[in-house]
Amino acid sequence: MATRVVVDPVTRIEGHLRVEAVVENGVITDAYSAGTMVRGLEKILIGRDPRDAWAITERVCGVCTTVHALASVRSVEDALGVNVPPTAELIRNIMLTTQYVQDHVIHFYHLHALDWVDIVNPLKADPKKASELAQSFSQWDKNTPAYFTQVQDKIKAFAASGLGIFANGYWGHPAYKLPPEVNLIGVAHYLDALEWQKEVVKIHAVFGGKNPHPNYLVGGAPCSINTNEVAAINMERLNLVSQLIGQADEFVNQVYIPDLLAVASFYKDWANYGGGLHNYLCYGEFPTKGFAHPEAFKYARGAVLNRDLSTVYPVNPRDSQEIKEYIAHSWYDYSEGDQAGLHPWAGETNIHYMGPKPPFETLEGYNKYSFLKTPRWKDNAMEVGPLARLIVSYASGRADVKEVVDSTLAKLGVPVGALFSTLGRTAARGLDAALAMIWLKEFYGDLMERVKINEVSTFNGEKWEPKTWPVDAEGVGLVEAPRGSLAHWIKIHDGAIANYQLVVPTTWNGSPRDGKQQRSSFEASLIGTPVAKIEEPVEIIRTIHSFDPCLACAVHLYDPQGRHLHQISFE
Amino acid sequence: MGGTIWQSMEQKGYSRREFLQFCAVAAAAAGLGKSAMAQVAEAFEKKEKPAVVWMHFQECTCCSESFIRSSHPIVADALLDVLSLNYTETLMAASGFQAEKSLSDTIANNKGKYIVLVEGAVPLKDEGVYCMVGGKTAEQILQTVARDAAAIVAWGSCASNGCVQAARPNPTGATPIAKLVSKPVINVPGCPPIADVMMGVVTHLLVLGEMPALDDQGRPKEFYGRRVHDTCYRRPNYDAGLFVEAWDDENARKGYCLYKMGCRGPVTYNACSVTKWNDGTSYPIQSGHGCIGCSEAGFWDNGPLYQHLASFPGFGVESTADTVGTVVGVATLAGVAAHAVVTNIRKHQVIAEVHTEDEKES
Repeated sequence: MATRVVVDPVTRIEGHLRVEAVVENGVITDAYSAGTMVRGLEKILIGRDPRDAWAITERVCGVCTTVHALASVRSVEDALGVNVPPTAELIRNIMLTTQYVQDHVIHFYHLHALDWVDIVNPLKADPKKASELAQSFSQWDKNTPAYFTQVQDKIKAFAASGLGIFANGYWGHPAYKLPPEVNLIGVAHYLDALEWQKEVVKIHAVFGGKNPHPNYLVGGAPCSINTNEVAAINMERLNLVSQLIGQADEFVNQVYIPDLLAVASFYKDWANYGGGLHNYLCYGEFPTKGFAHPEAFKYARGAVLNRDLSTVYPVNPRDSQEIKEYIAHSWYDYSEGDQAGLHPWAGETNIHYMGPKPPFETLEGYNKYSFLKTPRWKDNAMEVGPLARLIVSYASGRADVKEVVDSTLAKLGVPVGALFSTLGRTAARGLDAALAMIWLKEFYGDLMERVKINEVSTFNGEKWEPKTWPVDAEGVGLVEAPRGSLAHWIKIHDGAIANYQLVVPTTWNGSPRDGKQQRSSFEASLIGTPVAKIEEPVEIIRTIHSFDPCLACAVHLYDPQGRHLHQISFE
Repeated sequence: MGGTIWQSMEQKGYSRREFLQFCAVAAAAAGLGKSAMAQVAEAFEKKEKPAVVWMHFQECTCCSESFIRSSHPIVADALLDVLSLNYTETLMAASGFQAEKSLSDTIANNKGKYIVLVEGAVPLKDEGVYCMVGGKTAEQILQTVARDAAAIVAWGSCASNGCVQAARPNPTGATPIAKLVSKPVINVPGCPPIADVMMGVVTHLLVLGEMPALDDQGRPKEFYGRRVHDTCYRRPNYDAGLFVEAWDDENARKGYCLYKMGCRGPVTYNACSVTKWNDGTSYPIQSGHGCIGCSEAGFWDNGPLYQHLASFPGFGVESTADTVGTVVGVATLAGVAAHAVVTNIRKHQVIAEVHTEDEKES
């Protein structure tokens, strides 16, 4: 018998996501992923100064803060032909790698860990054993018996006064398999990570003034460097960044990665579920010789199809035949009908809600069921995110990526194929953070080298004034955000935004199926997953969380006039 | 939710002395003087951990992200010891049915005693279908949770004034919370608000058990009583007529005033230049970019970010100086250049100006 399991709200994500899964004989046989919030930022961007777009689009998402700002300034710089000074590029790289590290740690501990770690179970743990275990795989100096005793007492007192944010979790569910000591380590480090994450983002505050939502600037970075001035980025500021990087390095390599591997070793069965699509897309990231030279990016640009690592296909976001968006199952209309696919340049955004009148119980029976459009690359459904980044760079032969991936697979004693799963996706995020950590240190070192020789220019003002712009210009800004491939397309006319479009990671991963009934990542990855207790579908949550969904980003925007100029979608 | 805050801290092994120190930190965060210590301690000792629910509507979750950046108290201590956060879609363990149960149980068991924190605006257009959670519209949910709330806090500019989705032409009819509920709402604007300000507002409510004093826009005077400009460390440069003229120019590298680069500090009421961001690390102006005015209602429609304020209130008094013949091409720039000349004349007028400036702004 088929049962339709509805999870809404899906929590511990950004935004408003609803999942309806069909479970037959204890296994998921079909799934529907629905974005249920839209804000209409596209209409708001039209007619504004392109130099302001970073601030507006940054507000698409406060969890993936900075990434839309970066995509936006890159799109304007691409349109106007602006080369950013190398020092500004390094500051941007430092900010983005910082974002990777912070975002992935938060995801692991605060958004994903409770799917694997039982928060109540540590009460049964022996703190001394927990300490011995933790010390066996980590040098973190807090992992003492006294520390774990203290955390256990904290949980005890907390549980006695109600569980607050931990209430009504699936505690005691048979799918939770960690021994009490590992659960205790997990909860302790959940609290440590919560305290640490506020530190590392001070790097954003140094260069961008605040976090969330630090400031960016078309043409460079807004902060000036002057080692002979107190009111600029000087040695005190750079020392602070250096210290924060050191702390982050310790947290990632002595806490996050060891915990990830420890938890993963108890859930190897999850290397069999949640693989989903067989296609992976990555725009490439971390320029080292300017944004116009993707061959010198740390992560390679390209696409892998059918999990065939022998071929990496080139990706061109300007080609009208490559990236297209469909609305066969989305709450929109196209003038050419529901089966048409449109490149973002030619996109239409004509919202048409056709779901049930709220309040409603289910979207079953509704052909259209989401505010997300459905992007495709050469008509292929693609997975984006840390796993896709690793796979594309691995297949491209990037040595540093290969080394990190191979050594981790060896530690876990699993083959490369294990990557194509819920467990693999969660592990890939950890490796993505570890690589970002290596590169963050490298970028900081490079920045200091430039400071030493006083090459500190952070801004290229050649095209700052709108009078220097052509009447018409168009550009694309690509970013590998923590959650995956993000692109902003801009058209400028007479100094104002004529068209602005975004196709973002969770639109790729969380969209409804296309007109050919090809599922996107969320839906595809749920098929075949067992669900032990349909009233407590922790298995659904595990796989959906492995993508780190971000729905505020993922939803397309609204043009009440139905003009054919603009469309937008968000990570 | 049994146990007072002192009991829960005692169970954690805190000494009485440490508890009083914690109260001092909470009092500082809430803007209290040391004389209020006794009152704070008494409140902490007597009160149960209050039930709090955090709603998410049309937002980007930057408010939640900011909240967890709090440094005093750190958020883990707040969540474990100060309040009982029973519903927040960003952090709560439960999903779906179990999440909704956490919300409905909290409302049912704490009628008139729970606090509602709202992140996000509520879209009213087309019967509210542009934001739905659990098959219900944001407005349906808001009315349900607000009915029996003891207090409602609107986090950030979305909930306080609509923010980005309410910028022209406000396609989904995004509406601030205060316009939708019949109870007083504490507006804590900003995109996002400063973490330690958020914690300051929460602890003010919980520790003192009273609404903070609010201005006419429902903002706590404690944090929104002064303009960024008036407390900015670069203000002396403004007064001396020393301005950044272009990004990363020599003046930028000396940390001069960013007014000409579009800084909205002069028309923005917020704590940025005093409390600063991320545990006091910096604030936008300190890091070289002007204030974009993110805590002011309608700031997205207050002209392009990099166009400096032609209508900057307060320049009225210098209009005579403008006509005296400062040779500058653009009238608004003349205002800036002339400002330094007349600064001394106007200083004694500052207090009176605040009111007339407010009128001009509106």
